[in-house]
Amino acid sequence: MEGSQAIIKCLKENGINTIFGYPGGMILPLFDALSKTNDIDFILTTHEQSAAHAADGYARASGKAGVCIATSGPGATNLVTGIATAFMDSIPMVIITGQVDSSLLGKDSFQETDIFGITMPITKHNFKLQNANELIPLLRESFSLACSGRKGPVLIDIPKDFFYADVAYPAKEAEPPAAKPDADFLICAAEAINEILNSRRPVIIAGGGVIIGEAHKELLSFAEKYKIPVVSTLMGIGAFPSDHPLYMGFAGLHGRKSANYAVAEADLIIAVGSRFGDRQTGNITHYVYEKHFIHIDIDPAEIDKNVHSNIGLSGDMKTILNLLMQREPINNLNSWWQILQKHREKFAYEYTGKYDVPNIMHYISRSINKGDYVVATDVGQHQMWAAQHIRRYQPRTWFTSGGLGTMGFGLPAALGIQLYFGNEKRVIHIAGDGGIKMTGSEYYTIAALHLPIISIIINNESLGMIRQLQKVFYGARYFSCNFEYKMNYTKYIESFGIKAYTVHSMDEFVESFSDALKQKGPTALVVNIGKAFVDPMANTDARLNTFINF
Amino acid sequence: MKYQIAILVENKPGVLTHVSGLISRRAFNIETINAGYTEEDAVTRINVVVNAYSEMELNKVIHQMSKLIDVIKIVNISELPSISRELVLIKVKADTPAVRADIINIANIFRAHIVDVGHENVVLELTGEQDKLAALTDMLSCYEVLEVARTGPIALSRGITPIKNM
Repeated sequence: MEGSQAIIKCLKENGINTIFGYPGGMILPLFDALSKTNDIDFILTTHEQSAAHAADGYARASGKAGVCIATSGPGATNLVTGIATAFMDSIPMVIITGQVDSSLLGKDSFQETDIFGITMPITKHNFKLQNANELIPLLRESFSLACSGRKGPVLIDIPKDFFYADVAYPAKEAEPPAAKPDADFLICAAEAINEILNSRRPVIIAGGGVIIGEAHKELLSFAEKYKIPVVSTLMGIGAFPSDHPLYMGFAGLHGRKSANYAVAEADLIIAVGSRFGDRQTGNITHYVYEKHFIHIDIDPAEIDKNVHSNIGLSGDMKTILNLLMQREPINNLNSWWQILQKHREKFAYEYTGKYDVPNIMHYISRSINKGDYVVATDVGQHQMWAAQHIRRYQPRTWFTSGGLGTMGFGLPAALGIQLYFGNEKRVIHIAGDGGIKMTGSEYYTIAALHLPIISIIINNESLGMIRQLQKVFYGARYFSCNFEYKMNYTKYIESFGIKAYTVHSMDEFVESFSDALKQKGPTALVVNIGKAFVDPMANTDARLNTFINF
Repeated sequence: MKYQIAILVENKPGVLTHVSGLISRRAFNIETINAGYTEEDAVTRINVVVNAYSEMELNKVIHQMSKLIDVIKIVNISELPSISRELVLIKVKADTPAVRADIINIANIFRAHIVDVGHENVVLELTGEQDKLAALTDMLSCYEVLEVARTGPIALSRGITPIKNM
């Protein structure tokens, strides 16, 4: 079978029906094969970076591997930011890059780049094909690696002549069965239950691993069984229903104060699918002070990496959480809950309806409520405001670039997410004016496909988070963060044929947003608003419950 | 603190880059690294000596390396009873009979072999633990050492169990 035909067959074998990419000389044989099949939708983006983010978004929404393809050289290097974004957030992806002919390798041929070397530190694994008959076994392995254990992106670099070569298509081998928990593991689990039953002030941190491991139901039962308060990380939003009485909110550098107080005052942290990232913990010495830790993660290398845990449990999250529910609660957490209740009341956010971003986020949250909407954000201040004020009740209804913090992620990711959900759910995309300047060209693809994305652009004519960092750490010496030269975002978006609204007040926002909800195609609200600071902001030199005053 | 690590990997292209890249990315210094065939065709053994602050830091890197797809097994040989050997080739200037005789004498004391002799130089070969190699190099430093090539140490654990079964 011809190499490129075999790739299409292998994609289908792995249940792939949508892929993203951008053409170029060395990948054209695969495009030719794609043109001859009706089983795979190819989505042409405006830039390879967007193709990677879109495939990433598609994977975040579906839980299955996202696929993107690009040519050698600049095509491949443009993917790098997208691959790194997926890697940091453990998103399964298979990336296929075309490479120069095997006979031209290593000769600095036209558009030759060592993408294998470049992507080594930002992929779970990568392959450089050396023999055409390895094509199908390695492509299959790419899918199984991307989707197993701790998920992640896998890149496969294919010299152009291999697309034409006659390649073998061996029968698929059966996957080995998953290992059962061993005796040591069961002892650790028993110790973990003891820790939980002996703690007075336990807190569960729900991370993105709960969503990826599809363990949200088990987490809910576990928390309810022992009545333990739950906070979530940025990636864990949606892992636990935010209207649940046990939920304390999003914790971290810009977390809700009540959530940060819960973490800071806890005597036992049960981290479920969270890797104790520095934006979650703040200063690590203060963070670990007089605390015990139970760390549950699929990746054994995460245990003791950032925080030394008393008990580390590595493996399938559902299995572990089920093991931890085998005893009855004996500890009385009433006094802990009284403290938490006080924090909740003291730090409850008062929504005044004023024209500012928190109130806008709150309005969006109430409007979409538990309906068939999902939220995809970009990176920056708006992202933190959205995380603080938009309630999410289900996993895979909140999408954001956590680990890498990639500005420009939001719009192309929204494209991939919307394509996955089709008519089932609608994407509310939230971005800042900075991010829109980065990957705004993707409005072209969204318009061409007539996707019903509602884009909210928080236009404060500045890089708000940079401005905030310069305010806090650089004596308010603002530099390279204010856009003095004005541009008209409404006209920009309209130029793609997308219905755009200009917003200057809360009333205009409410009116435009409800009109946008009625539209069948893409819309965008350009929310022109003053500069502000994201509050709260935890003090990075002290405990999580000390905050910077603006 | 220096640690000797043995890594069994699948004999596949790029695997040495994956391993060495990961070690340096996690901010560890590689003192020496070598790779070679083993008793199994499909398996390569990479022997690495790394500099780490503590065993805990080292274990973090071992955990990270265990995640590499082509890595089969990693063992910290330093914590086991083991034998370590390194090979060195030293080219020394020896353009007079007196100097040549001196060097041959030193070589004999260290049980090093003279593997090449020319009109103006000799080449010595020595296998041993690192301190023995260091002692020979030190002795030769009063002559004109023209070139040194060392393999970096390789190590095996004592006892019947190979590391792949540990």
